[in-house]
Amino acid sequence: MILGRVVGTLVAAQVYRGLEGVRLLIVQPLDKQQRPQGKPVVAADAVETAGRGDVVYFVAAREAALALRETFVPVDHAIVGIADQVALEDER
Amino acid sequence: MKIARVAGTVVSTIQHPAFDGRKLLLCDLLDPAGRPSGGYLIAVDTVGAGVGETVLLLDEGNSARQVLGDGRAPVRTVVAGVIDSVDL
Repeated sequence: MILGRVVGTLVAAQVYRGLEGVRLLIVQPLDKQQRPQGKPVVAADAVETAGRGDVVYFVAAREAALALRETFVPVDHAIVGIADQVALEDER
Repeated sequence: MKIARVAGTVVSTIQHPAFDGRKLLLCDLLDPAGRPSGGYLIAVDTVGAGVGETVLLLDEGNSARQVLGDGRAPVRTVVAGVIDSVDL
């Protein structure tokens, strides 16, 4: 898992079965100092409450689909938590 | 598996139920000589590792779920050990 920031939402009316009702968000991956790093991805929101501006952590690859109610779905990134605080050693 | 150093923790209240009661560690990836190789991963702790420790990361989903004892956990990365020494 790595950190990301929700920068947008996405609506897809016609989706593969199992993906109906799954929230899709645009997530900008972040480095550990929460600076943007790499290209944005579309991630399924497994916590169902993430919103624009939230710092989240997301899982990539096959494991992403396991986060959803229907686990055999074509999803490769899923938000699995909203980060309230990232405490780094350097900042202590 | 990968060598990493625990750089911090991630605190979360809204999360997938598979993470309830688990500790999330933000780990800097290291090369075998112990230098940061760039990049980091957030891993689920399974051994009681702490900040500053050098750890062994398992970054493969099936194994991670096996370690956590939850076949449906959306987890790919776990801290599977604390490294005492690396001899090259």
